Amino acid sequence: MKSLAELEAIRERALKEITLRDNTGKTRVVVGMATCGIAAGARPVMNAFVDELSKRNVQNVNVTMTGCIGVCRLEPIAEVITPDGVKTTYVKLDAEKARKIVVEHLINGRPVKEYTIGEAE
Amino acid sequence: MIYRSHVLVCGGTGCTSSKSMDIIEQMNKLLRENNIDNEVKVIHTGCFGLCEKGPIVVIYPEGATYSRVTIEDVKEIVEEHLVKGRIVKRLLLGDKDAEDVSKALEDVGFFKHQVRVALRNCGVINPENIDEYIARDGYRALGKVLTEMTPAQVIDTVKKSGLRGRGGAGFPTGLKWEFAAKAQGDQKYVCCNADEGDPGAFMDRSILEGDPHSVLEAMAIAGYAIGSNQGYIYVRAEYPIAVQRLKIAIDQAREYGLLGKNIFGTDFSFDIDIRLGAGAFVCGEETALMTSIEGKRGEPRPRPPFPANKGLWQKPTILNNVETYANIPVIFLKGPEWFASIGTEKSKGTKVFAVGGKINNTGLVEIPMGTTVRQMIYDIGGGIPNGKKFKAVQTGGPSGGCIPASQIDTPIDYDNLIQVGSMMGSGGFIVMDEDTCMVDIAKFFLEFTVDESCGKCPPCRIGTKRMYEILDRITKGQGQEGDIEKLELLAENIKASALCGLGQTAPNPILSTLRYFRDEYEAHIYEKRCPAGVCKDLLRYVINEDKCKGCSLCARKCPVNAISGEVKKPYHIDADKCIKCGACLETCKFGAISKMA
Repeated sequence: MKSLAELEAIRERALKEITLRDNTGKTRVVVGMATCGIAAGARPVMNAFVDELSKRNVQNVNVTMTGCIGVCRLEPIAEVITPDGVKTTYVKLDAEKARKIVVEHLINGRPVKEYTIGEAE
Repeated sequence: MIYRSHVLVCGGTGCTSSKSMDIIEQMNKLLRENNIDNEVKVIHTGCFGLCEKGPIVVIYPEGATYSRVTIEDVKEIVEEHLVKGRIVKRLLLGDKDAEDVSKALEDVGFFKHQVRVALRNCGVINPENIDEYIARDGYRALGKVLTEMTPAQVIDTVKKSGLRGRGGAGFPTGLKWEFAAKAQGDQKYVCCNADEGDPGAFMDRSILEGDPHSVLEAMAIAGYAIGSNQGYIYVRAEYPIAVQRLKIAIDQAREYGLLGKNIFGTDFSFDIDIRLGAGAFVCGEETALMTSIEGKRGEPRPRPPFPANKGLWQKPTILNNVETYANIPVIFLKGPEWFASIGTEKSKGTKVFAVGGKINNTGLVEIPMGTTVRQMIYDIGGGIPNGKKFKAVQTGGPSGGCIPASQIDTPIDYDNLIQVGSMMGSGGFIVMDEDTCMVDIAKFFLEFTVDESCGKCPPCRIGTKRMYEILDRITKGQGQEGDIEKLELLAENIKASALCGLGQTAPNPILSTLRYFRDEYEAHIYEKRCPAGVCKDLLRYVINEDKCKGCSLCARKCPVNAISGEVKKPYHIDADKCIKCGACLETCKFGAISKMA
């Protein structure tokens, strides 16, 4: 290793890979992965979240799964929960919508209203 | 590839012997079968600490910690948790109904009171992946030291932190480095004592297995401070996993240029080689260790000259313990003031303990200095199993002493433990309850020291053996008037005249048990009685006439025909013929036979 900069580069790259082992103060994206969710296509949605967050170098968000939230006809569902407990529920998602949520809501702080459960009737 | 979930399986020796590596294999197989092997990453980590509940598996990002996981459980974990996101509650550690499982873990007494500094990466990273160590700020301390500090500043920082040797003696680390830095010599050496000879101690093993790079980084920093370019890690051969992980770590560090020539483009070069021990406890002693590295029989030598001036091959050498080194990188990253803010006035920082014996939560813990014995046993250790009463705790292994129940509120630090008649030692913490015989314990430790004595100096070679013979007679009911006084006389003399720490501290278990449990010794000698009911030769097997049904089963089982009686009438054991094998007690279906002190 010839310089501290080289060490920093390795550190940044490796940190991205293990950042999900740290739970403190993070926003959580909880994707419904029960039978209804999986059948409706929740796996590509989850993978899209993970992929887009990594591409955009977002460190303070963890993506997890949960069981059936209850509104099976609106699956795939994902909830965004901030560290102070504010919850936004997105419904009828697909991979493309997931990526938009990452950019608009998680990075720029603007929830995407059209995808929320409130608008879905 | 970015994984959405990481599965961390403990790969320390304890969990490995409970098949944690097979669990990893099975998990990978089922992940492939469920087509999520490119979404979930499985790695092995170092010791998580709660060895009693191993094998431990932690799944992120939820932070769910599963305990006592078997190969059969893997299918459920994969199908329920990894595919569907449903936590497997029955395997969970902590409050099973908690909403946030990772927060729930923090409330478990065992973890709540710990401050993990030396163990910061154990259970969190894959020890065989240098990138994960770097991600957690690994080698940044070395970079800072080499590019921004002078050797004198490095030594000053270590002195300011108040770090004292974690191998047992507690000598101020900064001062040791300073002596070596000032010493004259064309070649200097940095050594690491990874021999860990104390029976029941596995603090160093866990650090080597779980975070080997922390030791390598610290040794390089030490090399810079004293002016050395060569390090040796003396590790006992009985730790094959630790040896393997060290070898991998050294290779990876060399590949990245973090060991070798011109590190970080400076003119500082440093390399490390491994030397294996061969099963001698005495080779954990400073000068015996260096003699062993030189290829000779491991025997200590008189000091002065001290190793800082004339050590390995007569060159200035520092020798520090694994745990001491593990603290060094953090001191430079977070500052010596931060380190000094933890602990007590004269004992800064934390200490790792291997908790064992009669305690519920056996395992590895790291606590701030100043934590009391009571907190260790009840808050962290979970108390004594089977509702038994706490009697004493042995610290410091064969060199240490017992802390009795009357001293349970002693805050743990170097000086307090010495005052109370024990010592910190390397971190063994063996808990004993009312069923432990203190004379037997002293004999157990002395038996070990007698076996391990190198034989060079008469006080240890002959003295410890004589002490052992006296103890042996006492436990066999052959104690005589004057035995206790003889033990005390021998102990004081051996302490004053033995050549090295092994001999000088061998009498400690005896002196400490005599100080607090003299009555037990006196009962063995004058009443031929073992109050705890342990010493076989002092036990009487007795048949309770009220419970005996006269079935004659015990009489038929007895190998020496010591039991006699008429059928349907209470039977009787002849104490003179009885060889105390216990067969009758095991046979009796009515609980009519008991061991009496």
